[in-house]
Amino acid sequence: MSIEGSRLDPWVDSYAGRARSLSGSAIRALFAVASRPEVVSLAGGMPYVQALSMDQMADIAAKVIRERGAQALQYGSGQGDVRLREQILEITAEVGVLAHPDDIIVTTGSQMALDLVTRTFCDPGDVVLVESPSYVGALGVFRAYECDVIHVAMDDDGLIPAVLQETIDSVRAAGKRIKLIYTIPSFHNPAGVTQSPERRQEILRIGQESGIAILEDDPYGLLGFEGAPPRALRADDSEGVIYLGSFSKTIASGLRVGWAVAPHGVREKLVLAAEAATLCPSNYAQLTISEYLATQPWREQIKSFQEVYRERRDALLESLQAMMPAGTRWTIPAGGFYSWVTLPAGLDATAMLPRAIAELVAYVPGTGFYVDGQGSANMRLSYCYPDPDRIREGVRRLASVVETELEIARTFGTASGTEVPGTGESATPGPDLA
Amino acid sequence: MSKQSARQILVLSGGLSPERDVSLRSGRRVADALRSARPDWEVTEADVDAGLLPYLAEYRPDCVVPLLHGAAGEDGALRDVLETLDIPFVGSPASASRLAFDKPVASSLVSATGVAVPEFVVLPQSTFRELGAPAVMKAVSGRIGFPLVVKPTRGGSALGVSIVREERDLPAAMVSAFSYGETAMIQRFIEGTELAIGVIDTGEGPQALPAVEIVPETGMYDYHARYTAGATEFFCPARLNNDVASAVSDVALTAHSALGLSDLSRTDVIVDADGTVWFLEVNVAPGMTETSLLPQAISAAGLAVGDVIASFIN
Repeated sequence: MSIEGSRLDPWVDSYAGRARSLSGSAIRALFAVASRPEVVSLAGGMPYVQALSMDQMADIAAKVIRERGAQALQYGSGQGDVRLREQILEITAEVGVLAHPDDIIVTTGSQMALDLVTRTFCDPGDVVLVESPSYVGALGVFRAYECDVIHVAMDDDGLIPAVLQETIDSVRAAGKRIKLIYTIPSFHNPAGVTQSPERRQEILRIGQESGIAILEDDPYGLLGFEGAPPRALRADDSEGVIYLGSFSKTIASGLRVGWAVAPHGVREKLVLAAEAATLCPSNYAQLTISEYLATQPWREQIKSFQEVYRERRDALLESLQAMMPAGTRWTIPAGGFYSWVTLPAGLDATAMLPRAIAELVAYVPGTGFYVDGQGSANMRLSYCYPDPDRIREGVRRLASVVETELEIARTFGTASGTEVPGTGESATPGPDLA
Repeated sequence: MSKQSARQILVLSGGLSPERDVSLRSGRRVADALRSARPDWEVTEADVDAGLLPYLAEYRPDCVVPLLHGAAGEDGALRDVLETLDIPFVGSPASASRLAFDKPVASSLVSATGVAVPEFVVLPQSTFRELGAPAVMKAVSGRIGFPLVVKPTRGGSALGVSIVREERDLPAAMVSAFSYGETAMIQRFIEGTELAIGVIDTGEGPQALPAVEIVPETGMYDYHARYTAGATEFFCPARLNNDVASAVSDVALTAHSALGLSDLSRTDVIVDADGTVWFLEVNVAPGMTETSLLPQAISAAGLAVGDVIASFIN
């Protein structure tokens, strides 16, 4: 059977233009190795679900099926189970978000809420302002809807309001339409920083004055290591902010349950969009979460998670301080899962990844968290999954890799900003690493 | 697991190389093809990790199909282990795999048979450090000329490979290659038609399969072009006149025999505007994924992947 001009995919000319960006890459393939037990993966953002009592989770799952099986295994409301929505309000109250159960839509992880909001607000070419860097999963959604994504600078206090205002002015002066300001104010993924209270008020004011909706993504808000959880933006503006929350980090990511708290008009649209996309979120998963919240000391469990992650954060920071070569910088997260590392001048984290994988340590290169090629000098390190000893071993290996790369950079004089072939591609990781 | 009466075949894939993902896909595809071709055999798949040797000792498969790409899978190391354990396997012996996996060694051996090989220089990273990278790069590029190709001496799937057209891009290309290994090959770039030729030996001597012509959308057959359906256009048999097609097959058969390869191999060549066939490299564990070249050639020859692999086992 001869092959005449085959591209091995008979539908290749039928795909939408936006699907052209959906392809594999060498970097993505490298992450396949990160799943091997020999590799210390500082790449994945997987919560440490082993901290849960599996016996209790099994009892809950069995009880849901035994006592409410007919409901759990059936279609449900497109907006989500009403009892769970009431319970979600107990959780959002921890970050100051007070609302009515009708203001909530339950989604298949907050990732789906991101998709619904973007689909509802954005036409192709509309601008979405995001932090610099920003969550890779959100960038993927914005790209899928053909949004024009523009990064806005951050510092150790998060998104910089003055730069946000300047960006809005310049984008509008260029005749473009801005639809959303997307922000992760607390324990940022990937930057590890948190917006100060003053910044939050300024950002709210800018959103209100400019008439741009703020999309607040807050999966880590309850996972702080010091004091009370940061007050959400939505707590001080119920009309201008769409708030996204998730059980993925505080209970179990595998259940895929998140939510959006949205103003009335937006919520109506989101429910219709959700029904068009999936009919309804999983009833089984919702009832499992609901039963967990009703019967388990979830606040205590969150404290337990905080302790686990704080110990791991400390192991990471102490190891970085002790072992990384001079010129390496990193953020100090006060919660969440991540620290954002800046390599010494001249190093490229994407180009370095093959060597790191060969030395059995993995991270996510910074370019995956930008749409415009920035981030080559950065990497995201996650401390959520490996135990402290593994983290220390991972940093030891990573420090050795960086030393070797420094030597090569010195040899070849590859100055900062030099483009290394093969690194122009997106370093976008898969869902288990996002 | 106790040994059953059915023939026990173990497909090995995965490993720790950068080509792990490709290898896993190759392994699944070949295992499925074998199960379809020989439902009377028991085909098992396994990764290569610390559990492999105890597994082999207990399981004692009748034959192993190693589909590991990159180091350990293609450099002969795993095959050495299988030979030590006296477990039969499909493909080239360890000694031949070692020769083929090292691109400069393979190029030199194939060149010695009279086949055209683009001029190349092989340098470890330490040479650049000790002698000064600018001077070494100037000397090498002065001899090879631009455009040139920089690649790691060991490894596949075009990982770490760059085509360099201007001097200013050479340092970054070297850094990229050294991310995948300690030694780099700097080779003259040949403009022309890119081809891959499978060679199989099902018991009647090596036979060249129809050449696959590769036309990547972006002009470079890089990782994306290799493993993204739609990113590359293929022609098989290649659009060559009979004389060139014959010469291309001869080069593949020559490489296969010069390196002492067995069962299967895939040779990559470029045919320039004058019709000269230039040898680039040979693979002892060629990719067997949905977009890989050898399965296309097997299909174009009117054969089925499962039957071909089964014949090697037999």
